Amino acid sequence: MSDAPFTDHYGVLRDALPGHDLPWLSRLRASALESFSVSGLPTQRRESWKYTSLRPLEKVGFGVTGAPRACISIDRAPSLLPAASEHHRLVFVDGHHRADLSTLGNLPEGAELTTLREVLTNEPDWLEAHLGAVSGDPGGDWEQPLLALNTAMMMNGFVLRLAEGTVLHDPIEVVHLGGAGDRPLAYHPRNLVVLAPRSQVTLIEHYTHLGEQPYYANIGTEVSLAEGAVLHHYKLQADALDAFHTATVHAEVGPDALYDAFGMTTGARLSRNEIAVRLAGEGANCHLNGAYLVRGRQHCDNTTRIDHLVPNTACSEIFKGVVDDQARAVFQGKITVHRDAQHSKGHQLSKVLLLSDKAEIDAKPELEIYADDVVCSHGATAGDLDHDALFYLRSRGIPEPEARALLIEAFLAESVHNIAAQGICPALMSSIGHWLAGRPKEI
Amino acid sequence: MAATVETVERVRALDKYKYGFVTDIESETAPKGLSEDTVRFISAKKGEPEWLLEWRLKAYRHWLKMPEPGWSKVQFPPIDYQDSYYYSAPKSPTDGPKSLDEVDPKLLETYAKLGIPLNEQKLLAGVAVDAVFDSVSVATTFKKNLEEVGVIFCPISEAVKNHPELVRRYLGSVVPYADNKHACLNSAVFTDGSFVYIPKGVRCPMELSTYFRINAQNTGQFERTLIIAEEGSYVSYLEGCTAPQRDENQLHAAVVELVALDDAEIKYSTVQNWYPGDEEGKGGIYNFVTKRGACRGRNSKISWTQVETGSAITWKYPSCILQGDNSVGEFYSIAITNNRQQADTGTKMIHLGKNTRSRIIAKGIAAGRSDSTYRGLVRIGAKAAGARNFTQCDSLLIGDKCGAHTVPYIETKNRRAIVEHEATTSRISEDQLFYCRQRGMSQEDAVALVVNGFCREVMQQLPMEFAVEAQKLVGISLEGSVG
Repeated sequence: MSDAPFTDHYGVLRDALPGHDLPWLSRLRASALESFSVSGLPTQRRESWKYTSLRPLEKVGFGVTGAPRACISIDRAPSLLPAASEHHRLVFVDGHHRADLSTLGNLPEGAELTTLREVLTNEPDWLEAHLGAVSGDPGGDWEQPLLALNTAMMMNGFVLRLAEGTVLHDPIEVVHLGGAGDRPLAYHPRNLVVLAPRSQVTLIEHYTHLGEQPYYANIGTEVSLAEGAVLHHYKLQADALDAFHTATVHAEVGPDALYDAFGMTTGARLSRNEIAVRLAGEGANCHLNGAYLVRGRQHCDNTTRIDHLVPNTACSEIFKGVVDDQARAVFQGKITVHRDAQHSKGHQLSKVLLLSDKAEIDAKPELEIYADDVVCSHGATAGDLDHDALFYLRSRGIPEPEARALLIEAFLAESVHNIAAQGICPALMSSIGHWLAGRPKEI
Repeated sequence: MAATVETVERVRALDKYKYGFVTDIESETAPKGLSEDTVRFISAKKGEPEWLLEWRLKAYRHWLKMPEPGWSKVQFPPIDYQDSYYYSAPKSPTDGPKSLDEVDPKLLETYAKLGIPLNEQKLLAGVAVDAVFDSVSVATTFKKNLEEVGVIFCPISEAVKNHPELVRRYLGSVVPYADNKHACLNSAVFTDGSFVYIPKGVRCPMELSTYFRINAQNTGQFERTLIIAEEGSYVSYLEGCTAPQRDENQLHAAVVELVALDDAEIKYSTVQNWYPGDEEGKGGIYNFVTKRGACRGRNSKISWTQVETGSAITWKYPSCILQGDNSVGEFYSIAITNNRQQADTGTKMIHLGKNTRSRIIAKGIAAGRSDSTYRGLVRIGAKAAGARNFTQCDSLLIGDKCGAHTVPYIETKNRRAIVEHEATTSRISEDQLFYCRQRGMSQEDAVALVVNGFCREVMQQLPMEFAVEAQKLVGISLEGSVG
């Protein structure tokens, strides 16, 4: 066995891993583990990791646990949605499903929200067909060491399935609580979203923390949207400030389907959101938006890749960030228009406010275009708050800290208000407000 | 050691030819292949001082250890460095020609074919030409005019002899020998190039120009250009290239270093139309160039303008290191690729000083089965308060088999800096083509007109002499791309 970090966890977990008696899954895990032990954690020598170093992650020395910790002193997991609204929730603590905290409510017919573990027990064949179907075969030259690590050690996660034509009006919320362990823990949730033709749902993922321990969440999510399906996928990552968060999302968007994603990052010492979207059917559309607020020594990396594979597809991408103190943000966005993917439309924008002299933003907006009848553009800006706007507010008697906060809020509000599921907006705006006030949002 | 002795003898043997009169242009070539002996041969041939030979050898030894750069978006078979000649000089009396009359008449004939009116240029353009024909400068005009104001404009090999202190001080100070594989090779085997020194407060009275030509087959060209602009001086330098058609790929790894001190300004313009290979991509020049300018002084300015239409592969990133406060860097580029050409070009703007400004305008036009990539870096250092960058990269696609890519890197470490980047990619407008065709223009003229319009912002930056040539080039380069 190699010296790659985390590989020793496999031996510890082996028998606790779900589906360890399924030969296909054991093979999948073994090949992913082998691929990971060859590559190790990605280093900055890899072009796609040029600006993000995982060295701090290696230094912590995370452990694993096969079973959830028994007692957690909360009676209700936090929610991003108004208490009164009817919705469906799954709650995970340190990667383990907590049925006692989850409220599934009355899901309409054709909709199924369950855990990876359950599906493994009841429908292993379905899982065999869908696991890794979107993220690619974990072959020898797998370019995604973190997803390989996830595949090798995935313990649980959520599975959301909608039958043809099922439209859910109430959002589904998945809450991940970290740091409840008695020592630093690493865990690897694996999620699957499979929407049949013309089904629609809003999915909200909320990552936050309970206890004091640092933790490492390495999440893998696969999204598959059939013809005409619509997924609104929102995520708030408000992990503890000493936590590590790496998330890989692979989405395949079918004909006339829409993948609408928005991710907000305020937490974690080091986070990386890697989203790869394949627009694989004519008329496929994707919105990939994000906002981040980081300070202290936080490091936040958003790396996206959108592939236009067939004609008549569109994408738009707007990321806005606020970076303070000695924090560092990274935005790497790549749009590829493949040969013959005519009439593709792609727009990408990265806007960043730097609030301190030590803050840093590294942006790499990339276009790779092999078809001529396309309209693609990208833009990137970085700078301080607009001095004229600040002066305007101050001249009207607004003290400087408030004026700055107002301008930052307005800068981010634009992206939050574009969210289709308005129910979540107050929660997002309030976490921006809390960040501006210099307090973590209490849960 | 025996090998060294052998080389020295070979050099002596070659020297025997030096008094012979030549009618056909034969190159005096170093033995094929690359080794320490080749480096020593070149250095001995040039009569270089010991320090320069040491520097070359250091570069050569480092080069052996360096991996080929693999990050660019170009594809080509691995280069066999041993299958090339590293030195070829047109034969001429060692004293060098004293005037145009003494220049090898056959050489002048070749120039005439290529359309450089060397004789007329004196009268017409007021351009001083330091013509480089296969590595060795053979004629320099307007030397006297330049000498009067103290400008030094000569082949770099001459500068090594006459101004060793300047060369030693600045050579490799902007592009160190270990910078990248191609620059490293150049440092080891550079044959010649231009040296320009503008003294304090002098505004160079004319545009300086060097025509590079690649002539002998299988000869890599390793030009080394060094331009130093002292306090308060100004110079505009033009570089243009053509090459006759041939089949073998040729490696060209030039290095250009610019140094601008307080209040100095350097304007460097290039038109490059080397042989791009045939329609199937066979042959053509590999153009791997390292160009970099250092704005060392306060208020200094370096401006790069390039029109890249030739070469099978272009790998070129003219850059500015903005060290001095208030210094300015500019990059204006047009890259046109057709058939199977590949261009990976862009710039780096490294902002270190306060209130430094940079502007990048890059226009890429891809036709046929070609690939055109803009790759650039804008880095705002932690101390570069008040820095400002504006970048605009536009790509135009002609045909559905070509590719256009934009890979900008933007690193900002200072909040008092403002960085803006914009890029668009679109196809050539059918409406505009139709409008032109309707008014009786041929398809090709229409394409040339539309593309010239697309590139206008860059064309305007070119000096007059180049602007006309460049506009024609745009049309010629895109011949056969539509219809």
